[in-house]
Amino acid sequence: MAALFKARRALSSFFTGCRSLSQLAELPETHQILRQTCRDYADRELSPIAARLDKEHVYPAKQIQELGAMGVMAMEVPEELGGAGMDYLAYSLAMEEISRGCASTGVVVSVNNSLYIGPILKFGTEEQKKQWIQPFTTGEKVGCFALSEPGNGSDAGAASTIAHQEGDEWVVNGTKAWITNSWDASAAIVFATTDKTLKHKGISAFLVPMPHPGLSLGKKEDKLGIRASSTANIILEDCRIPLGYMLGPRGSGFKIAMQTLDSGRIGIAAQALGIAQASLECAADYAHKRTAFGAPIGKLQAIQFKLADMAVAIESARLLTWKAALLRDSKKAFTKEAAMAKLAASEAATFCSHQAIQVLGGMGYVTDMPAERHYRDARITEIYEGTSEIQRLVIAGQLLKEYQL
Amino acid sequence: MSGRVLVGVKRVIDYAVKIRVKPDNTGVVTDGVKHSMNPFCEIAVEEAVKLKEKKLIKEVVAVSCGPQQSQETIRTALAMGADRGIHVDVSGKDYENLGPLQVSKILAALAKQEDAQLILLGKQAIDDDCNQTGQMTAALLDWPQGTFASEVSLEGDKINLVREIDGGLEHIKINTPAVITADLRLNTPRYATLPNIMKAKKKKIATVKPADLGVDVTSRLEVLKVEEPPQRQAGMKVETVEDLVVKLKEAGRV
Repeated sequence: MAALFKARRALSSFFTGCRSLSQLAELPETHQILRQTCRDYADRELSPIAARLDKEHVYPAKQIQELGAMGVMAMEVPEELGGAGMDYLAYSLAMEEISRGCASTGVVVSVNNSLYIGPILKFGTEEQKKQWIQPFTTGEKVGCFALSEPGNGSDAGAASTIAHQEGDEWVVNGTKAWITNSWDASAAIVFATTDKTLKHKGISAFLVPMPHPGLSLGKKEDKLGIRASSTANIILEDCRIPLGYMLGPRGSGFKIAMQTLDSGRIGIAAQALGIAQASLECAADYAHKRTAFGAPIGKLQAIQFKLADMAVAIESARLLTWKAALLRDSKKAFTKEAAMAKLAASEAATFCSHQAIQVLGGMGYVTDMPAERHYRDARITEIYEGTSEIQRLVIAGQLLKEYQL
Repeated sequence: MSGRVLVGVKRVIDYAVKIRVKPDNTGVVTDGVKHSMNPFCEIAVEEAVKLKEKKLIKEVVAVSCGPQQSQETIRTALAMGADRGIHVDVSGKDYENLGPLQVSKILAALAKQEDAQLILLGKQAIDDDCNQTGQMTAALLDWPQGTFASEVSLEGDKINLVREIDGGLEHIKINTPAVITADLRLNTPRYATLPNIMKAKKKKIATVKPADLGVDVTSRLEVLKVEEPPQRQAGMKVETVEDLVVKLKEAGRV
């Protein structure tokens, strides 16, 4: 027995750092407590209001502040700046549990953590971190990430928003599309080209406060799902910002965006997992209670096979997500795994929510049960932060390198 | 005054779980069932942490009696803001038979050992609903008790307490050291913040055995049988008050 323990310990220290794959089998105690805390919060404070938030398109301001107080809005941020100082595995766990309660709240949390705070933490100066991160840790203020444009989503390198220098200011002109949190944000990271001739190497990242002269918002999109979070265009017309508001070196915008999205994918994968898990629980609960042909429908193989398929899809995607998070935490390359996680989890979410409606039958189609909301919420996970098609390209790109094709 | 508060936290089956009786009727199914901190204990921890934040007391020590898993419950208390924990290791048959009298003896012994100024407990546990531990602990220590507390305020070396009683609310003033048991409306327990969950990992949990405290945990009670409550019968409707009286008399209720 002792020899086995020694061997296992040796194996786990083989993976450098304090992270090991044994954590995929059982989470460390702190992470278990964290997961339980977030689950309790989601069960008590988010699930009961999720349907209303969705129906009335209401931004969950109070809940975001409560999550901020818990440290969930700035999980990776060091404590000195007001964050929780935790790792990405912890973030994935929190994201899944929050999204299981309310997917809209989940996306607000994800965008603030991964897409807004993430790049500033990685590429910002100390001064920028104080100014642009510290006030955004409590949930009182949230940020957004403005990369996509009406003319380009997947084709991020073709940015047509322009920033040119005028004296000691940048002047930004252009339109950004599909920006999550836009109507509720107090700052945005805007990607604009400072040199069109350099194509994607000419794109730079800028920090823009909101509201700001020259920045206006388009109408709130009327979406299929995640309706409690706002999505709109951001229009920049001679929007002037100080030179010091550039994030990272000039021309590094595309790199910043791509690296940011790599991490963001783990958060969205976790959001998709939450939606998928909620769907499975909804279906399993119904299968237990609904009787037909003289017994609960959970006794029928047709239903059992669906539940089993749902569980396998979720667990595989979850392990992929945890692995991507663990690799990132160990400062190892994680691009491929993050793309795999997002692809698997988003397809699991659409599959599970689809099957959950099937299990619920007619009840799955009406708003009395949450299955229809999960179905609508799940759909976007295959689209934003890199469509499933883009994920496949990213994965293939890595494979081509690995297999030297 | 040491400024130290002992808070008792009990690991119980989670309130949301559907309880099932074991087929042999010796108890309820606990294997693989979700457990968490007794809700009234959560309220007690919250009150203790609040007192510490107001700087009215100096240290919060979370105590739990039970098997290894009770440490998780202590860890949750630490994440809520308790400073350190004491795990009184009781397992197996001793744990199955552990009841308020033995726990009170343990708490009384710990209170003396830790020089506690205050013991905060939940009013009762949601598994056995005994509502005895606080009262017994106070009696063993010969300390005043403020049970079913819905409001607590410290005033010098005295405590002002509002108690929820059948007739309404009772206001009392008791000396310290004292035992207080928390009722539902005392406060709303906080969600542990993530930084505190991380910090909790570094806080110490000491393990002791009841024998180390000079306590004999042998139970004087023997559980004969545990069974489901009778299935609820359908009611019936009657047309008039006279019919109602007749039916009640028939059923032997009047």
